[in-house]
Amino acid sequence: MTATTSPVSTAVDNGVGGSPLRPDGTLKVTGEFAYSSDLWAEGMLYGATLRSPHPRARILSIDTSAASEIAGVHAVLTSADVPGKKTYGLIVDDCPVLATDEVRYHGEPVAIVAADDLDTARRACKTIVVEYEVLPPISDMRRAAFDPDGPRVHAGRADNIVRYQPVRHGNPADDDVRARAAVVVTREYEVGMQDQAFLGPESGLAIPARDGGVDLHIATQWLHVDQEQMAPCLALPPEKVRLTLAGVGGAFGGREDLSMQIHASMLALRTGRPVKMVYDRKESFFGHVHRHPALMKYTHGADADGRLVFVTAEILLDGGAYASTTEAVVGNAASLGIGPYECDDVLIEAYGLYTNNPPCGAMRGFGAVQACFAYESQMDALAEALGMDPVEIRRLNAVHEGSILPTGQRIEGPAPLREILGALVTMPMPPAPGRSGRSELPPGGYGNTTRGEGVRRGVGYGVGIKNICYSEGFDDFSTARVRLEISGGEPIASVHTAAAEVGQGLVTLQAQIARTELGVDHAVVLPADTAVGSAGSSSASRQSYMTGGAVKTACEAVRAEVLTLAKQKFPALLPTTEAWSQVQLSECALTLHNRPLIKLSDVLGTDTIEATREYHHRRTNPLDPATGQGDSHVQFAMAAHRAVVDVDVELGLVHVVQMDVVQDVGKILNRLSLEGQIQGGTAQGLGLALMEEIQTRDGLVRNPSFTDYLIPTILDMPPLNMRILEFADPDSPYGLRGAGEPPTLSSTPAIVAAVRNACGRDLTRIPLQPHQIALVDDWPASRALGRAFTHRLTPPPRIAARG
Amino acid sequence: MTDQGMRLELTVNGRRRVATDVPPFASLLSALREHFGLPGAKNACEQGECGSCTVFLDGTPVCSCLVAAGQAEGREVTTVEGLADEAGLSLVQRAFVAAGAVQCGFCTPGFLMAVRDLQSRARGRTIINLDDEEVREALAGNLCRCTGYEKVIDAVRAALAHPTDPQRAVGASG
Repeated sequence: MTATTSPVSTAVDNGVGGSPLRPDGTLKVTGEFAYSSDLWAEGMLYGATLRSPHPRARILSIDTSAASEIAGVHAVLTSADVPGKKTYGLIVDDCPVLATDEVRYHGEPVAIVAADDLDTARRACKTIVVEYEVLPPISDMRRAAFDPDGPRVHAGRADNIVRYQPVRHGNPADDDVRARAAVVVTREYEVGMQDQAFLGPESGLAIPARDGGVDLHIATQWLHVDQEQMAPCLALPPEKVRLTLAGVGGAFGGREDLSMQIHASMLALRTGRPVKMVYDRKESFFGHVHRHPALMKYTHGADADGRLVFVTAEILLDGGAYASTTEAVVGNAASLGIGPYECDDVLIEAYGLYTNNPPCGAMRGFGAVQACFAYESQMDALAEALGMDPVEIRRLNAVHEGSILPTGQRIEGPAPLREILGALVTMPMPPAPGRSGRSELPPGGYGNTTRGEGVRRGVGYGVGIKNICYSEGFDDFSTARVRLEISGGEPIASVHTAAAEVGQGLVTLQAQIARTELGVDHAVVLPADTAVGSAGSSSASRQSYMTGGAVKTACEAVRAEVLTLAKQKFPALLPTTEAWSQVQLSECALTLHNRPLIKLSDVLGTDTIEATREYHHRRTNPLDPATGQGDSHVQFAMAAHRAVVDVDVELGLVHVVQMDVVQDVGKILNRLSLEGQIQGGTAQGLGLALMEEIQTRDGLVRNPSFTDYLIPTILDMPPLNMRILEFADPDSPYGLRGAGEPPTLSSTPAIVAAVRNACGRDLTRIPLQPHQIALVDDWPASRALGRAFTHRLTPPPRIAARG
Repeated sequence: MTDQGMRLELTVNGRRRVATDVPPFASLLSALREHFGLPGAKNACEQGECGSCTVFLDGTPVCSCLVAAGQAEGREVTTVEGLADEAGLSLVQRAFVAAGAVQCGFCTPGFLMAVRDLQSRARGRTIINLDDEEVREALAGNLCRCTGYEKVIDAVRAALAHPTDPQRAVGASG
């Protein structure tokens, strides 16, 4: 479905740096693109999942007999039916395929059913009788971390700490150091649990194969890591667990962990029939990990000029019931914990915790988002204490090429934060309130909650730094197979990788790279599957870098073979080896100094050239567990936002008037896709600042729906002005810098700073709630959990009503 | 199956179609997806919150997840699969691809139907370029998680700049 040729255009236009149309665009606007939830197979059954209603309970018994007897039900499976290993996990294999003797979070899978249709399968789930001994949940992450006598989420463990990672640099406790600080600010911050809220629900189709294996068509971010986790649980060798990427309706980290991959495969293997599983929205909220909620206590000291003297931070990240990627999230929060600023004396202590809350793992920004909200809030607090401009204090402390991070890692290559900030402040501000010529929506939108009284305007800034690619010694290589052949007289390059196109436009970029490197007009990207080596995950803003690098490297190998072939077939073409070494491929020909020598079609004839190459980024090192020292990251990327908001300080309602963003991307490979990443990342940052939170009480999820979990609508999003800088990284393919995550970091603190600027309150918890913003001091704590207000702007009645 | 399936007759994208064995409690969305072979309308929330399942029912945009299949009996339904014709993609469809309004694309069918509705309401008006707020209002019932909506607005602006000339090409960015 992703294989297609591009429309007629020159190789230059559609190569690296151009913005060719998405090859899957036409299918997506005609409704023909096959998402994982659209798949169908002859004789297919539907799967459904029974999930725990309790955040913590012992399972005393499971009776599936009634479910099995329902007409149309073909299999009812529990943990006892898992063919192989009973647990899996991305880093630690602590997550049960199906709960065994205990459930540890609300929504944990307990049993699965296959039936003729989805309704029968769901109905059968409801007839499964599970006897629970309900236990008090461990839902307070501070208690989970520090109460030595408290219960353990996992009985066999000494504590509830998935990872403790300190970063020690200099001596922030030293009296002489502290004496240099003219101002010291200490604040505690809290970040709520954000959901990826991709629109395409988890879904997949498992088809049993004749060889006893299974073929799974699945929406995921990393086919090979799914395969690696699935095979031992299914008691199959990896080569009998074959995965093909189905159409992915967004990911944002939420498809890094397994959802129904093993379940659908178990049902297919048991029944001998294809089994499709599709979550509905409610189940989706339980079916994937979320962004870690965080409690953070930060102390910053700065001298009278505004230079950072010392920083200390304690960061608690709630990983929920199972480890998922908490270990790596902690590493990011710790190593990037003071942001893109220079400071010699630092102590950061980051904890990732087990609780009986929903499991948390990857979401865009991955540990760097939570810390960014805290350190940027602290920079504003310091600026205010010193009477400084918030941009000036950031500029003064900004990292640059050669700066040493608290981990001891030196920043290699450009780190143009000062240039980013310099560009940001020159961007035009919106007209003052009431001067725009058009009526700006007030906070509260069409609800007519104000005529302007009580509305204050605020401006705020945020900066973020994100590591690109996997860190701490992990070799997340990518593999590409590139083939060049002549078809219909034209050279065609085909690119085969296992890299997941999740919407970001990687499928477009792979073809662009092939066109540029091989000088051809036509490049086709084949469907991603496990028939080729791993591409690593569509995570960590890494695919342009890693799979881009793999495609480029494979193309270079193909090019070298083309030249060898040309030398063999046409030895008289050029006189010297040196001349041959300068031959390039462009415009479907071999060229020397931009002059065509011979057509590619004449060189290849009926020959086909194919090369498969792995691409590895430079080696990194683990952080020392005691000191947090180590060159742990591959690359750093930075963005900065300015937010302008109108706040109704009486009602606590916010309208974001305008946002401006500057990001350094090293090199623009596809401007259209890149802008889409920056705009979409900004929107998710706005959501975290103003509305998005999975609310839990005592481990129970209270709002698993799009009615109660709000994501920004088109009315919530302001116009976004953008400037993109290109300070090339000498170490990366084309000089690029990963780009998907940084704007998600900086958007949130910029908006919160703007709201603070408007209402004059500290605002240390996100998402912001109206009662925190409004001048209400005696808000009953109990109501803070309720949804008395929303930030959603209410549109007027539609002319054409919805059904 | 314990439930007796029902017979459902619709005019879908201009053609009279019949499906049998539609569960009586099925939504129009699931009937279209599961029984008429039209998966273009999407199942993102099935609660009427996201607009991904928007289709026209007798010319009126509805969330097909909120309409019982039986309510559509004998009526005219237009889905995203009906937007393109023999001449190819509609202007709005082309504008969405060209402007970068399509990323994962799961929301796209719903947006296209909402824009088609806006387009039909705007047609014949003297103001050719719609006000930005008006566009935003019209699309406020459609959620998108990828784009931040900027390029959706770009696409709508490009497509609606010439409301009487639906086949006119828009300037592609690439």
